[in-house]
Amino acid sequence: MEYVSLFVKSIFVDNMIFAYFLGMCSYLAVSKNVKTANGLGLAVIFVLLCTLPLNYLLNKYVLQPGALSWLGPQFANVDLSFLSFILFIAVIAAFVQLVEMIVERFLPSLYASLGIFLPLIAVNCAILGGSLFMQQKDFSGIGESAVYALGSGIGWYLAIVLLAAIREKMAYSNVPKPLKGIGITFITVGLMGLAFMIFMGISL
Amino acid sequence: MTLKETFLNPILKGNPITVLVLGICSSLAVTVTLKGALVMTLSVTVVTGLSSLIMSLLRKGIPNRVRIIVQLVVVAMMVILVDQILKSIEVTFPIDKQLSVYIGLIITNCIVMGRIEAFALGNKPFASLLDGLGNGLGYGLILIVVAFFRELLGSGTLFGVTILSPEWYTPNNLVILPPFALILIGCIIWVHRGIIDKDLQEK
Repeated sequence: MEYVSLFVKSIFVDNMIFAYFLGMCSYLAVSKNVKTANGLGLAVIFVLLCTLPLNYLLNKYVLQPGALSWLGPQFANVDLSFLSFILFIAVIAAFVQLVEMIVERFLPSLYASLGIFLPLIAVNCAILGGSLFMQQKDFSGIGESAVYALGSGIGWYLAIVLLAAIREKMAYSNVPKPLKGIGITFITVGLMGLAFMIFMGISL
Repeated sequence: MTLKETFLNPILKGNPITVLVLGICSSLAVTVTLKGALVMTLSVTVVTGLSSLIMSLLRKGIPNRVRIIVQLVVVAMMVILVDQILKSIEVTFPIDKQLSVYIGLIITNCIVMGRIEAFALGNKPFASLLDGLGNGLGYGLILIVVAFFRELLGSGTLFGVTILSPEWYTPNNLVILPPFALILIGCIIWVHRGIIDKDLQEK
């Protein structure tokens, strides 16, 4: 039951885009049509789902204050948490590189459809943000962190596909000239965020 | 471009947020209070300036294929530095926990990477430093404008000092909610493209 509540909460209530604005740059840049938005969204879910549990283990057994005590009692006081930024981003960049090579070798059709988005994900703040939030939330186990990763990924995917669908239709509307393009997109995302606020009252 | 232009251009004419649309992620979440916006501005300015300087000094020694990972390491180093400094002055100058996540996210802030790619890798160190600082300040300008309206209308205060007294002003809770920051930036872009720089309008 806790897993379900965490899952629903991370999709709707703590939505990466509408509640925390993570991954906004690629969100705004790649949401011009549904097909590419779909590809990027799926790639984000996948990378988040793989890197977040990895970073959870890293945080639990290497970075936290006292995390190194499994090496021996003399390490019980070591606090490496200041290294977390650089280790998390290294895991993410290395993982993205690995996934790119594997997908290119074994699934060439998927590689062609994802194209440039795979390497771009390394600098998507939603991925690093997920790991940093995980560090603050003190999850009890690797299962919880995986569920959280899946939920936030699906939330991000949902948000980008929704916006892409709206922008495809909006291309035909009569928008005031200075607002055209990026201006109206901001306001649209704001209104979508307001709509997503209705989930805030839900407590599971 | 002269050095002065390199520094001043990103602040208004080539603003990273409203013109280049970079670094939106963090700009919205830290603008509930002016204090948060100011801390974020200073941190981003220091990180963009210094990492542009370092990458510009290193630019001839780095093979093109591994440059992204080198950039990430340099930027992460600068961010760790800023984060540690903020932690050390936390006793006299407390910042909230939420902000510390966004300090970490400066690593993936597109402004830093974008300026390194677009400017620092092809220019002299001093010009790159100025370009980085200018972009940090241009980013901060928008942050502070947004935070000014959000704190004033949302809590009736500026830097925690009451301006609009609660006796006659009911704080507008909508302004504190995250979506309002997006709408506000949309309006800033509207004003910018409608009055200051009409050439940016899309056909």
